Amino acid sequence: MVGRLFLRGLLAGALAGFIAFGFARTFGEPALDQAIAFEATHSGGHSHGETDLAHDHAGQAPEVSRATQAGIGLMTVTVLFGVALGGLLSLVFAFVYGRMPAIGPRGTAALLALAAFLSVNLVPAIKYPPAPPGVGDPDTIGFRTVVYLVMVLVSIGAMASSVSVSRSLMARIGVWNGALVGAALFVIVVAVAHVLLPDINDVPTNFPAAVLWDFRVAVLSVQLVLWAGIGLIFGTLAKRAMASSPVAH
Amino acid sequence: MTDTVFETTRQPLPLRETLPWIVLGGLLMLTLVYFVGVEEGAMSLLSGLPIHEFLHDGRHLIGIPCH
Repeated sequence: MVGRLFLRGLLAGALAGFIAFGFARTFGEPALDQAIAFEATHSGGHSHGETDLAHDHAGQAPEVSRATQAGIGLMTVTVLFGVALGGLLSLVFAFVYGRMPAIGPRGTAALLALAAFLSVNLVPAIKYPPAPPGVGDPDTIGFRTVVYLVMVLVSIGAMASSVSVSRSLMARIGVWNGALVGAALFVIVVAVAHVLLPDINDVPTNFPAAVLWDFRVAVLSVQLVLWAGIGLIFGTLAKRAMASSPVAH
Repeated sequence: MTDTVFETTRQPLPLRETLPWIVLGGLLMLTLVYFVGVEEGAMSLLSGLPIHEFLHDGRHLIGIPCH
């Protein structure tokens, strides 16, 4: 049964990845292009090429055209990321299902996807918002990646433990109150992490605020579309799989 | 859609069956996340491949810290 769920998670992730690609292409690329245009005119350290705006870090690296980056390259990322996240969600689903208050497979998958978006993307992005090209000091990429990863892990850990705490409380104080306590615990833990972790702000002073806003809204929307697609598609597939083999275990 | 189907399927999957999948599948998926998200960006195991260039827009738009 877990194997069947896992395969469906991969499939749901791939489909959601295609949807997220269409969304990112439509709503994300304009802001990304504007950011690259700004970066090209205020080149500080690295450029995206002189004439064709091809991204060039090492100088010797083979150039990949902007069209490829915004097309098949972008699709590769959203689809492979979707597959990975869909696979992970299906494994968490296999563990959680039947251990939480009585909601069906679709409800469980949808709630899991929502919890994943909150803890993997939204809460870390409030502390360390996504950076468009031209924002971010190349020398601090290692440091920034580490603190971002710490924020993500703390946030996921806070989500998992608050769900676990609320689950054990629900039998005594009810589903609603148990969920409230869990939510409060999550907010407190991530708020403490937000205060303790170092601040990073390396947005160039003259970077256009509107472009930055558009880019960050686009990134969060792409992530939301991806998780929503995974949760809803996987939920439907899982429901069918579980209905077709009710006593497989 | 009978109640019996619901009751049977609402049983948790046994941990003995679930755990190996979680460990192996989880590792596999995290490896995939690494190659799509981080390789040739913040870290580099392979070199000489234009992975970073190719994945540039996707990484930005999926929200990975990038250069």
